[in-house]
Amino acid sequence: MTSLMKHISSPLINNNPITLQILGICSALAVTTSLTTAVTMSLALTVVLCLSSAVISLIRRHIPSVIRLIVQITIIASLVIVIDEILQAYAFEISRQLSIFVGLIVTNCLVLGRAEAFAMRNPVLPSILDGLGNGLGYSLILIIVGSVRELLGKGTLLNYTVFTPVADGGWFEPLGLMQLAPSAFFILGLLVWLVRSIWTQQVDVPKFGLKAQRSRS
Amino acid sequence: MFNPIQAWRGFLERENDDRVKVYGVAILVAFVCAIVISTASVTLRPMQNAHLEAERQARMDAMLDRLPSMRTIMEEAGVDALETRLVDLASGEFVTDIDPDSYDVQAALNDPEQSVAIPPELDVAGLQKRAPYAPVYLLQSEGALLLVVLPVSGVGYQSTLRAMLALEADMTTVAALTIIEQGETAGLGARIEEPDWQAQWQGKKVFDETGTIVIQVVRGQADGPYEVDGISGASRTGNGVTNMVRYWLGDHGFGPFLSRLQKEGL
Repeated sequence: MTSLMKHISSPLINNNPITLQILGICSALAVTTSLTTAVTMSLALTVVLCLSSAVISLIRRHIPSVIRLIVQITIIASLVIVIDEILQAYAFEISRQLSIFVGLIVTNCLVLGRAEAFAMRNPVLPSILDGLGNGLGYSLILIIVGSVRELLGKGTLLNYTVFTPVADGGWFEPLGLMQLAPSAFFILGLLVWLVRSIWTQQVDVPKFGLKAQRSRS
Repeated sequence: MFNPIQAWRGFLERENDDRVKVYGVAILVAFVCAIVISTASVTLRPMQNAHLEAERQARMDAMLDRLPSMRTIMEEAGVDALETRLVDLASGEFVTDIDPDSYDVQAALNDPEQSVAIPPELDVAGLQKRAPYAPVYLLQSEGALLLVVLPVSGVGYQSTLRAMLALEADMTTVAALTIIEQGETAGLGARIEEPDWQAQWQGKKVFDETGTIVIQVVRGQADGPYEVDGISGASRTGNGVTNMVRYWLGDHGFGPFLSRLQKEGL
């Protein structure tokens, strides 16, 4: 049981797909201008990741290795299209805001990465849990970045006003930069810094360096 | 005697790198995925269309709200929505024997029996074909036409653009242009959805004195009543909008209808 739970807990911080493996950055930048879109995207990605891991793990023994990538991508793409259709039918406003980024889950390296690295070699249950864990790890970072950007950029959280902006007679001056893509890089960078200062085993040891530095170490 | 279960087992037991297995798995995966997607798409289509229709209605309302005094005129005339009529594009006459609300333009367009091929030399908007009839939305007060709203569409840089073009009673002054649907490059061409850009259209003239269509989206700054500012980095989207307006106001589009309205009134 504990070994199964490890599949969920390890990708949260120790092996987080965004801060450690630096996967899925593109969508993490694009959909985190507000918390609502970040949460929807996280949900969509987690569902796709769990389902694709389950399906791929189910038929893993019968996927010929020569066409394995294309089979994985076909399955992932189909799931993404279905999720996109469901969002368009039941959450139209949000699907408009997410626009192409739901479709771009297909190209999110995280999904293919888990399929190739884990689901192809493991039974169904661990694969689903691994998908769930990685989805949650991704969601965690997206939600943190989304909260910071919405709070500092608009003074709201989930569209509820937290800081009243100057324009409405409050004291808060919205930071326009937070609504632009580069701010997500800054926040991600700070997060990686924070995580690696606490969990120091995540720090990359430089493979190459100047001679002087190497001799010193 | 062919035994399907036996055959299936035999198929699964083949080596993974066996050629039959490779082709078989590829075909099976593609087939199952195709079925799943088509089922989802077909069952969810009505709900998606309802959302699109509601959005179209909301945009139409928003467009009316942007036109100064239009709401007051509507209140005075005692109407809360525009009147929908169906127009035979070739003759410019109203079609009276079909209910405009039940006419499905998209279905007519997809039906080879009904759709009309657009001659290549006239097809500036890149549409290739159009439906024979088109709905128009009219606002009239005591028999006088105040506003006519035309649905237009055309090919932009990488997507089909759909818009509503509202003309004033002189049939040449633009009252508003509202983009309803587009999938252009985000941050560049997609900016045609911004209200600021669409607001420029108000008061522009589409025809010059001789009746030629001269309105266009130019590169950079617009000059005079026949030009609209282009969006930098999106000249092909701008051309798409120009071509869309030019096609639909031209002789193969609403041209006959507009000249009939101008001559005879309603």
